[in-house]
Amino acid sequence: MNEKLSPLAMASAGQAPEVTVSRDIIRRGLIIAPLIMVIAGVIWGLTGAWSAGLGLALVLMNFGLAAALISWAAPISLALMMGVTLFGFLLRLGLISLAVFLVRDVSWVSLPALGITIIVTHLGLLFWEMRFIAASLAFPGLRPNAQEYPSSSAAETP
Amino acid sequence: MEAIARLVSAEMTPAELKNNAAAASAGYAYGLAAIGPGIGIGYLVGKSVEAMARQPEAAGMVRTTMFLGIAFTEALALIGFVVFILLKFA
Repeated sequence: MNEKLSPLAMASAGQAPEVTVSRDIIRRGLIIAPLIMVIAGVIWGLTGAWSAGLGLALVLMNFGLAAALISWAAPISLALMMGVTLFGFLLRLGLISLAVFLVRDVSWVSLPALGITIIVTHLGLLFWEMRFIAASLAFPGLRPNAQEYPSSSAAETP
Repeated sequence: MEAIARLVSAEMTPAELKNNAAAASAGYAYGLAAIGPGIGIGYLVGKSVEAMARQPEAAGMVRTTMFLGIAFTEALALIGFVVFILLKFA
């Protein structure tokens, strides 16, 4: 096997697009947090509102931790990045489980509200973020704003 | 062990049996729901590492796609976890 092409000997230095993406997801999550808490409050009452806030905080922590682990390991080694990603999956599931187990008997937590908020906000934020992702070599991570590159947007117009 | 001994000797009430079955099912649901995403994330990251090793200049794009793929795959595990907490505690 060619040593130069071995993932064990390679690293992915440079930009960390997952940090940019997760920061954008967290920003959007914080923007819609009051709306989600109000909706959950209307459906489940005050306990639902607090539970929705907790669920959203867990989801945002999950995104942030995933991005932090990958961006830490990728510049060291691609093999380490793979290991960190897989064990990070276990770690993050464990942390979410621990957080839910710790509050399961607390009076201000509604478990259905917490569970549904976790699923809906996780998927909703991901689908929302996909609108702003750039799948190009020039802009890994997020698409540039039109204000930042006015010439490229002007070039597209006939 | 005591629960198994009581189950064998048929000393459990139907309600206890139902509770035990629900607890066991919840555990199986969570465990099985975590296996699929585990395999999926392993496959996804493995292929991404291969892509980055072959084309280092595309690493940024690959990492972006990989991060989103991990998050989408992980949603399956979260759904299994929510089903678990609803079966077990709600």
